[in-house]
Amino acid sequence: MSYANATLEPTKPDTDLPMLEVNDLNVYYGESHILRDVNMTVFPGKMVCLIGRNGVGKTTMLKTLMGILKPRSGNLKLDGHSIIARTTDQRARLGIGYVPQGREVIPRLTIKENLILGLEALLERPKKQEIPEEIFELFPVLKTMLSRMGGDLSGGQQQQLAIARALMGRPRLLVLDEPTEGIQPSIILEIEAAVRRIIETTGISVLLVEQHLHFVRQADWYYAMQKGSMVASGPTSQLSNDVIQQFLAV
Amino acid sequence: MLSGLLDGIFSGISLGSVLLLAALGLAIVFGLMGVINMAHGELMMLGAYTTYMVQNALKGTPLFGIYIFIALIAAFIVTAIFGLVLERGVIRYLYGRPLETLLATWGVSLILQQLVRSVSWQLVTIVALFCLLFFGAMWIVARRTDFERARGWFLTIMIPLSAAAAIATGNVLGTLYKPAFTKLWFDARNVDVTAPKWLRGGFPIAGTQFSYARIFIIVLTIACVVGVYWFLNNTSWGLRIRSVTQNRTMSACLGIPTKKVDALTFALGSGLAGLAGCAVSLLGSVGPNTGQNYIVDTFMVVVVGGVGKLAGSIIAALAIGTANYLIGSNTLVDLTAPIKPLSDTFAFFSTISMAKVLVFALIIAFLQFRPGGLFPQKGRTVDA
Repeated sequence: MSYANATLEPTKPDTDLPMLEVNDLNVYYGESHILRDVNMTVFPGKMVCLIGRNGVGKTTMLKTLMGILKPRSGNLKLDGHSIIARTTDQRARLGIGYVPQGREVIPRLTIKENLILGLEALLERPKKQEIPEEIFELFPVLKTMLSRMGGDLSGGQQQQLAIARALMGRPRLLVLDEPTEGIQPSIILEIEAAVRRIIETTGISVLLVEQHLHFVRQADWYYAMQKGSMVASGPTSQLSNDVIQQFLAV
Repeated sequence: MLSGLLDGIFSGISLGSVLLLAALGLAIVFGLMGVINMAHGELMMLGAYTTYMVQNALKGTPLFGIYIFIALIAAFIVTAIFGLVLERGVIRYLYGRPLETLLATWGVSLILQQLVRSVSWQLVTIVALFCLLFFGAMWIVARRTDFERARGWFLTIMIPLSAAAAIATGNVLGTLYKPAFTKLWFDARNVDVTAPKWLRGGFPIAGTQFSYARIFIIVLTIACVVGVYWFLNNTSWGLRIRSVTQNRTMSACLGIPTKKVDALTFALGSGLAGLAGCAVSLLGSVGPNTGQNYIVDTFMVVVVGGVGKLAGSIIAALAIGTANYLIGSNTLVDLTAPIKPLSDTFAFFSTISMAKVLVFALIIAFLQFRPGGLFPQKGRTVDA
């Protein structure tokens, strides 16, 4: 059984309407201007990577997308509809699956309960709250420890749990914030493979913030940020060493 | 000796179960949500008054024998609705600001105390009419797109206008239907709830009377604790509450409606306060100040037990209840009779108010060693 069975497959895109559109976004922390006229587009079924050194506003961009931070001006469109007035939980139910930096697994809930919470993003909640087998195919390590507390897992396991939890809500757009940060290399490869498999089999869009070069190369398109503005973008195949030197903190 | 010991244990448990029942709602509101609700005692008082009203309404009907169960349901619903209004109207604007929450809820507690003193059909009419006029007008005007700009004007015009109309109508109706309409429902005196026949008297074991009312309260407390545990651990709303408690932002990112969860949690805690009030009304007469007698004790239970832990509250309530009883009664004096200075000390503390002094001193000493309580846990520092 593959991951792409009927229940988990979102609408396969056949139009070129963008899944996510960010227009002239300006975000402030108090009086300090963090994001300056940011524009970006994520097309359906594509994986887009946002790169940049520490502190240029990548995470702020994703938090604004989720509605955790309020922008001062600009617009956000998901699948053609503006979501700027929506609350965080409404955006999640509209199909944005968020895997934040630092994982944010709920610590005193079991793995199973953490995964079940992922179902909250579904518009119609199933009567029987079960975890589909596909999740365990992607992340086999989770199956063996369903009754452990989320906070007791290692960083890599928490990351896998956080991605699995986001997938439980069958998002249209998966947002990943530095999924490989502070994780041992073998797990990084597992996570990379899982993300690639998710995109291949379900056709959802992925917006990724990443520093790990090998993972960045998996994306179709990149956006580079500097001091709160988008300064470069293009297909990742054209990501030259110069650009990497300039925008990745390696 | 045996009867004295049995009596001591029973009284301690029964005192502890009253404390626990009162603290259970607070353990949810303060422990899980981090909201300091000074009006919790007044919600109990409202539950007690609801019991009194249900009793009066059912007097003489065949249902009177089981009125206490109807009163429990009514008290839960009434206080849960009050709690819901309180959360929607006051507390939700103050999440993350504990000092302001404390002051605001204390103000609400004073309002509620005065409310039961001066509530009459006249007052109810005035308040209902004001709400109808003011919020009705707001509902109509708020549909205009430029409402935010005109908000200040709307408030300065509509508040005096609705208030004047409501008070005028209330006064006119008051003079027209003089005695019935302006008669106070309760006034400032205490009211008494008579327990149904099967709750009066007691159950004799080894020469001690086990009062049925106290057994009923113990059973009610156990039922409530089990119910709350079941709700939090086995229902989807319980899972949502636990999730929001631990990580509010991430819960919202998962699609959990956090505002609904807040309102529901607060309503549940308030409803439990209503049940506690219903139980308390069986123990003695009920007055506007009933709530104040319990608020300090219930906060003590939650703090000693460890904020955010229900199990801690249970043990703390039983411990404080038993300690209160043992020190307040002469049990310890008798036990330590051979050692003269010790028994003299206990004799000094063996009145109800002095027992409280000693118990609070012990609690202060305990918190010096374990500031987080019996079962410390990282609670939610409310952020909104």
